[in-house]
Amino acid sequence: MDNKKSTPDIKPPHELLSGIQSWRPYQSTQPCCEPILHIHAKDLSIRYHQRMALQQVNLAINQGCITALVGPSGCGKTSFLMSINRLTDLIPGCQVSGQLELKGTNILAASANLLQLRRKVGMIFQKPAVFPFSIKRNLEIPLREHGWKDKTTLSSRIESALSQVGLWNEVKDRLDQPAQALSGGQQQRLCLARALVLSPEILLLDEPCSALDPLSSGIVEDLIMDLRGQLTIVIVTHNLAQARRMADHVAVFWSIKGKGQLLEYGPAQSIFDSPQHELTAAYISGARG
Amino acid sequence: MLASSKTIGEKSTTLLVWTAATFIAIPFCWLVGDLLWHGWHHLSLNFVLAVPQNAGREGGIGPILVSTGLIVGVCMAVALPIGVGAALFLSEYTPHDQVSGRLVRGSLDVLAGVPSIIFGLFGNAFFCQTLELGFSILSGGLTLACMVLPILIRTVEESFRAIARDQRLSAAALGLSKKCSIQYILLPAAIPGILVGSILGLGRAMAETAALIFTSGYVDRMPTSLLDSGRALSIHIYDLAMNVAGGNPNAYATALVLVGLLMMINLIASRIAEQWTTKNQLPT
Ligand SMILES: Nc1ncnc2c1ncn2[C@@H]1O[C@H](COP(=O)(O)OP(=O)(O)OP(=O)(O)O)[C@@H](O)[C@H]1O
Ligand SMILES: [Mg+2]
Repeated sequence: MDNKKSTPDIKPPHELLSGIQSWRPYQSTQPCCEPILHIHAKDLSIRYHQRMALQQVNLAINQGCITALVGPSGCGKTSFLMSINRLTDLIPGCQVSGQLELKGTNILAASANLLQLRRKVGMIFQKPAVFPFSIKRNLEIPLREHGWKDKTTLSSRIESALSQVGLWNEVKDRLDQPAQALSGGQQQRLCLARALVLSPEILLLDEPCSALDPLSSGIVEDLIMDLRGQLTIVIVTHNLAQARRMADHVAVFWSIKGKGQLLEYGPAQSIFDSPQHELTAAYISGARG
Repeated sequence: MLASSKTIGEKSTTLLVWTAATFIAIPFCWLVGDLLWHGWHHLSLNFVLAVPQNAGREGGIGPILVSTGLIVGVCMAVALPIGVGAALFLSEYTPHDQVSGRLVRGSLDVLAGVPSIIFGLFGNAFFCQTLELGFSILSGGLTLACMVLPILIRTVEESFRAIARDQRLSAAALGLSKKCSIQYILLPAAIPGILVGSILGLGRAMAETAALIFTSGYVDRMPTSLLDSGRALSIHIYDLAMNVAGGNPNAYATALVLVGLLMMINLIASRIAEQWTTKNQLPT
């Protein structure tokens, strides 16, 4: 209730609200979504300890688009997302088969350079996972690791990434303070900045707003919308209204007999207005899932 | 009806907890009280610094403190890097379900339960005789290192494993190499665990008697090198109490010093760990 008193350096509510009202509704004519193939899954299957979690997904995601993955819990959305930057390699018992091409290169090949791949494919998780260091160091560690060593370059990249997520003015005086002292919404934006600071080509977001309050959630949503056209964005969300607001394309996943599958994929408008599959229709009308 | 039975349940639980706490506290207070009662008036700066005389009945414990410090120092200097390295290996490079990892963990758990006298015999055979280090501070420290390693490794490993999966995944998702994420994310986050492990090990090492009798020896002179024999505090207490008639007063005073040291180390370590977790910041 009296948030604005206890945290003086947060923007006054009317400013925040004006930010939210600037959301652009989905318009199919918007030119950000170029028909250039960026991510192409061909017969992609994911198993955990031999148990099929996601079966033969074929999905082509265009460059610069926002693609939303929706579907009930346990249908393999997170698994699919994590196969795009091969975080699935780190999960014990997880096996990915089929092909997954980024601009024509199969990243599932054994020869893929994982560190380079993950620099190009940023990822944000549901719970903001800031490192227990200062704000500045959170951004500096990945930058240094990827070869940016020069002090002035470092600080200019840090400033621009923090500005991009609207955090610069809020934290510029306390870059050396622990990142964990930030609010949940600010932490999530810091995570976003930490991914953006490496200039990725693809951004994967796994329910990035679901742990946040509506205001912070709106801010983060706005930021992601601003990135449309610059990056290819794949976002998992359980919030269908959010998917409708943000996405150019929607992929509906469903778990059939315990195996996750891609049920339907297409432009957001047609998925929401004229779904082909009856499960999709039931799901988006709130009857199932 | 329901509410009243709940309050009775709650009350009896509270009672039980308090009784248990009292039963734990009584022996501790008794022990410390007894030590203070018998040892306090023998304690002085001179006692702490002076050389023992007349088989320890008179004089102080200066050289013994120095020997203890050296033995424990050797022990930790060897055990800490090996322990952290082994813990890293177990938690980061061997999955939980792999046979080799289970084998190592199983043997560590067995080793942690081995009586210290066995370590003493092993240390004597291996360090004193095979490696020809003789009865020396070095032999004693190395033997202690073998003894504390299992606890140290297991505690530190747990603290590596306790680091949230999100943190690891985030580090990997940023394209950080394994080396980088260990150096910048895992090690700093595990510092409190490493400290706790070290304290457990240090405490066990400082209080050790049996493992040292056959390895660092009894000599109560001021050591001049790590190859000298040196007498540890606990051995001094044991010797005064068991073998020296009229040694009890100084045994009490020495015990008081030992307990005081252990408590101090515990206090400092928990302070550091606490500060580290609340501040959570790397010194840059
Ligand atoms: N680490 C794991 N080990 C074993 N099985 C797993 C693991 N992670 C996920 N699974 C299984 O894979 C399936 C898909 O899980 P996934 O997390 O991808 O679903 P999701 O669509 O992201 O669900 P949610 O909406 O709840 O996040 C589930 O049946 C789950 O039980
Ligand atoms: Mg998920």
